[in-house]
Parts: sequence; C-alpha cells; structure tokens
Amino acid sequence: MESINKELKVSALENGTVLDHIPAENVYKALDILGLKGICNQITIGINLHSKQYGKKGIIKIADRFFEDDELNKLALIAPQATVNIIRNFQVVEKKKLVLPHEISGIARCMNPKCITNHQPVRTKFTVMEENGEPVLLCHYCEKRSDIKSLF
Amino acid sequence: MNKSLISIQDFSKDEILHVLETAKEFERNRVQNILEGKVIACIFFEPSTRTRLSFETAVNRLGAKVIGFSDATNTSVSKGETLKDTIKMVSNYVDMIIMRHPLEGSSRYASEVSSVPVVNAGDGANQHPSQTLLDLYTIMQTQGRLDNLKINMVGDLKYGRTTHSLLQAMSHFSPEFVFTAPEELKMPVEYKDFLDRRGIRYAETTSLEEHLDDCDILYMTRVQQERFTDPMEYEKVKDVYRLKASMLDGVKRNMKILHPLPRVNEIDQDVDDTPYAYYFKQAENGLYVRMAIISCLLGYR
Ligand SMILES: [Zn+2]
Repeated sequence: MESINKELKVSALENGTVLDHIPAENVYKALDILGLKGICNQITIGINLHSKQYGKKGIIKIADRFFEDDELNKLALIAPQATVNIIRNFQVVEKKKLVLPHEISGIARCMNPKCITNHQPVRTKFTVMEENGEPVLLCHYCEKRSDIKSLF
Repeated sequence: MNKSLISIQDFSKDEILHVLETAKEFERNRVQNILEGKVIACIFFEPSTRTRLSFETAVNRLGAKVIGFSDATNTSVSKGETLKDTIKMVSNYVDMIIMRHPLEGSSRYASEVSSVPVVNAGDGANQHPSQTLLDLYTIMQTQGRLDNLKINMVGDLKYGRTTHSLLQAMSHFSPEFVFTAPEELKMPVEYKDFLDRRGIRYAETTSLEEHLDDCDILYMTRVQQERFTDPMEYEKVKDVYRLKASMLDGVKRNMKILHPLPRVNEIDQDVDDTPYAYYFKQAENGLYVRMAIISCLLGYR
C-alpha cells in the first residue's frame, strides 16, 4: 500500500532531478531561485506533503533537467535541509546535500534604501555569512547587511 | 599598486603604511610635479566643498590637471544619464576618477565599470577612505606610532562613518577603544562583533568625562542632522557633548584631540588654544595624504 500511495501523490520520474524536504511555504521561492518559471520541462510540484521529520514539506520534480552544484546551493538559503536526488532511468543514481554558497548574485534585493542597486540598473551581489545559524547577506556595494527576507 | 580605493578594507596593513610613508615625503616637500601631463576627473554628484578643494589641490600640487563638476544639477546626470554611462564616458578621457556620490555603493560600482582607478571621496553614509587615511597619518604624527594606542571616540557612533572606518583601519595596530556616545547613538553591534572576533578590547560609556584622562587620542565627531530620519531623535542628542578647556586638566600629556571638521558645538573655541587641539593640522594633513593616495594608486610611489 505504501508504495502505491507514493505513486499517486507524485508520479515517477524517468530522468531528472528531485528536490525533497523543501519547507512547504518556500516551494514557489525555490522555483524562482532555480529559474524554473517559464521553462518547457515537465515539472511536478507537491506542497504540504507529510514528513515525519519536518511536518509539512514540499517536493519538486523536474524532468530531464540536471543542475550545477552552484545553482543548487542557492537553495540552501531558503531550504537548508533540502535533499537533491538525481534520477536516471527511474533509479536514484546520486543524492546531494546542499552547501550554503559564499556569494550570490542577482537573486536578492539590498534592504538599504540608499544602496546604488535600488536606484540604478545594477545586478546585486552579496557575500553570504552565517550568524546564529541564520544566513545573512552582506551587500558587495553598500556594505550593509540584509536578511534572508530580502530574497523576494 | 594600480587599483582603486573604495573602502579602507581594500588596503592591507602594508599598503596603508606605504601610503602614510609617502604622505610624509609630500609633507616635507609639497611641490612635486610627478604627474605632469596627467588629467584627473573630480566628479562630485553632491557638493562637498571641503573634500573637493583638498583633492583638487592635491592633484594640482602633483602637476596634473583637473576636470569635473562640483554638483550634478547642471549635468547630463540631471537629465537621467545612468552612473554607468557617465563613468564609461569620463574614464575614457582621464587617468583617474575621484568621485563623491550620495548613494551607497556607487563608488564600488563605478570602479567595476571604469577603465581607470577610482578614488571614493564619499558614498553616502558608507565609506570615505581618504578621511580614514588622514586620521591614521595624524595619529601616527602625534604619537610617533600607531601600535598599542587607546582611542576614545565621542559623539555619533551610530551613523558616523568616519568612526566606523577608523575602527576597521586601527584594528591592524592592536588598539584599545572607548566608545563615548548617548544611548541613541551607540556603536552598532556589527562593529563590536568585528572587534570581538579580533580580540580587541573596548569600553562603552555615556559620560565624556569618564575616559578623558586615560586616552591617547580623543576622536570627536559631530552629530549630523542629515543622517537622522526622525527630527525628534536629533533634537534629543544634538548638543549632548561639549568639550571645554577646563575639562582637560588631568589628560595625558601626549593626548591629542582630533575631529573630521566641520565642528558645531562639540568642541569649545577655548580648546583651540590648548596644546591638545590638533584638528586644524589634521585637516592640513588631508592634502599630503591625498597626494600620496593619488600617486600610489597611479603607480608613481
Ligand atoms: Zn546594498
């Protein structure tokens, strides 16, 4: 019964990437961060699935798409516990844990209203630091801190 | 050393000391036409007469020529030209750009777009590294060294960028700090964290009297109205400290009072005649330090 239920919830993937254990509320943010909005690949999304460890979780399955570690690690900002499964021919051939990136570019806004990036067409760039277990973003331009809420 | 100067943190300890040594040489002999034939742009997107005159004098004394503007009101910038386009255009004409801009991070961005070195002459409340270098030069001049000094910073330590940059720069030289500020204008946590990580000691007080007698440098700052968003907050703290000559009876003999100027009420006129006042000489030092910055960045020293 267990395996049949799983089949019903999320259809099986022949080749592609499965992102699991994403906090349910951050699934759409994850699509944003990975630049998956508007691509043609088949994407299956599950939200509010039960997880023994985390309560409610989200899952994203992307068919025929494989990512560089640099791309995936950006996810650690909003889903530090996420796991990545690489699927080939219906089999999990590789599992990856995410590592917080040292630098991110173009995916967050600086919270300082007087920062140049909020006034001119400048691509944002941040150094990622960890403080009390939370990621903090240090703006490459104005040298001020932004918290993770500024990602969106 | 062919690069830009945007933030004091861009310079290593050795690079800082090299600039200070070079400044000494310019103080001994301020007429040196080593940059004859060069053209340097001083572009000020917001007015700052004091800083601009100091930089332009430095350029002239080195024998180079200055072009630029002192206010963006009547330029293509006021017609909506992006900073990128202005910098691209100017950097094709000149050998160096010295810029001041009200937006924070603007100089860093300019240095990434420019084909020539950029010197940050102030980007909003962020950085003003030539001020920091002239502060270091003055501290070295008055104490004969930079190492193991006790520095008492007074006034607006929350918004005052000069104190933040000075703190970062002095961290190379095993200092001890006192932060004298009212509750509302205390040194931000991130700078105290910075010191904690490096094992540098500091004390905090709201009383100007408490650490007058045991510091080597008394670094006074003005409370700048333009940094406040809440006018009530400004009214509460604007005249919180006022240093008078009569308060200086017990200070160390080597103690010197520095101030980035202009002052308002925080240093009484009668302090000017004491042997501890050094802020006018500090302002003069700005010329030698800026000559040094320009010639070092262009590879001439
Ligand atoms: Zn910023």
